[in-house]
Amino acid sequence: MAIYLGLALDIFSWLLLVTGGGFVLIGAIGLLRMPDFYTRLHAASIIDTLGAWLILLGLILQSPNWMTALKLIIVVALLLFASPTTSHVLAKAAHKAGLKPLLGKDAHD
Amino acid sequence: MTSLWLNAVLLIFLFIISISILRTRKLFSAIMLTSLFSLLCAAVFVGLDAVDVAFTEAAVGAGISTVLMLGALALIGSNAEDRSHTSTHRKAFAMCVSLFTGAVLLYGTIDMPRFGDHRAPAHQHVAPRYINTSPQEIGLPNMVTSVLASYRGYDTMGETLVVFTAGIAVFGLLGNVLKRQREKDVLPDVGEHDGEIVLGIFAKLMVAPIILFALYVQFHGDFGPGGGFQAGVIFAAALVLYALVFSVESLMLAVPLRAIRILMAAGITLYAGTGITTMLLGGQFLDYNLLAHNPVHGQHYGVFIVELGVGISVGAVMLSLFYSFMNYRPQQRRPGK
Repeated sequence: MAIYLGLALDIFSWLLLVTGGGFVLIGAIGLLRMPDFYTRLHAASIIDTLGAWLILLGLILQSPNWMTALKLIIVVALLLFASPTTSHVLAKAAHKAGLKPLLGKDAHD
Repeated sequence: MTSLWLNAVLLIFLFIISISILRTRKLFSAIMLTSLFSLLCAAVFVGLDAVDVAFTEAAVGAGISTVLMLGALALIGSNAEDRSHTSTHRKAFAMCVSLFTGAVLLYGTIDMPRFGDHRAPAHQHVAPRYINTSPQEIGLPNMVTSVLASYRGYDTMGETLVVFTAGIAVFGLLGNVLKRQREKDVLPDVGEHDGEIVLGIFAKLMVAPIILFALYVQFHGDFGPGGGFQAGVIFAAALVLYALVFSVESLMLAVPLRAIRILMAAGITLYAGTGITTMLLGGQFLDYNLLAHNPVHGQHYGVFIVELGVGISVGAVMLSLFYSFMNYRPQQRRPGK
């Protein structure tokens, strides 16, 4: 029973790690390929929200004791607040500075 | 093997970043790249199992020094670029000096022991003694803290003194902020963030946990990575976050500059005072054995007090630097504006 539980835990945590890694990769590609600041920010925010959360959740399942798991949960909670806030602030600062998003036919060039 | 690959990748990244720092003309990008450099250095240190050093690098190098440099950049105008034109002769001379220094340094590395060599002098001299006897002599689970605060207590006092001197130097350079604090109209309105609701709520939510974390780092430094330097910086970072989101004035009401100045000196005095106390008790400077009946308990007290002194001094100096940069207004000439 315990073996199957461990196996299930491993599979689940690997699934989370790989999905998280996938999101990080998508974010990185988006950061390089997107045409303007706002769309790049959109891609970058995927990395430190979904990407980081999934990887950390996968690591929580692998943690050897409760103390480590708790610390990782605190890190997840911190990112839960910090990452969206930084994205929001960055976008707002750019908007305030007068940066216009690419719209309409400009975007297709 | 994995760590070797990891180190190789990280060092290549470090190399690329240092080249970019050299090539960029924008000070803002240079500051951001230095921050990134520090963060990658921290990752390299973690790879080398030097968690305490990595922690310091992340907190000081990537954290507060970036904020302080941005504060300095705000003083000179954010679009400042290096437009100075140097003659070809000077450039050639500078190149020669750089190449010569580089060659000498490379020559120096030939004598260095190989990476991970167990016969290296660092592993022969005092390290075995620290590793073998510190559990009996000092009894702290984190051996780094034992070495830093007890065996090398005198060096650490010097380091704290360096930080303290930096604070004094900035006071000397940027003038008396305390005098300007009274003239309300001279103060800048840095905190005029109209309608920054999200940021305000976030900062209010975060300040208390960050301070709690700083205290944890301070007092848990005997057991895990952490200690006075990191804790002081994290404590200051929490207050800087508050000041940046709301206003420097509101922080100055809560933590006045006068208090910061006293704390700056109080921390280092606490450190040196511990040393003098042990001298008065009949021992040598910073010989904590005499602080209690049991030498090991004495070491515990000594390390605790000394780390507290470091934390207070470092935190106060960081905050005083931030205050100085934020409140400095040149009266006549203001480049860039």
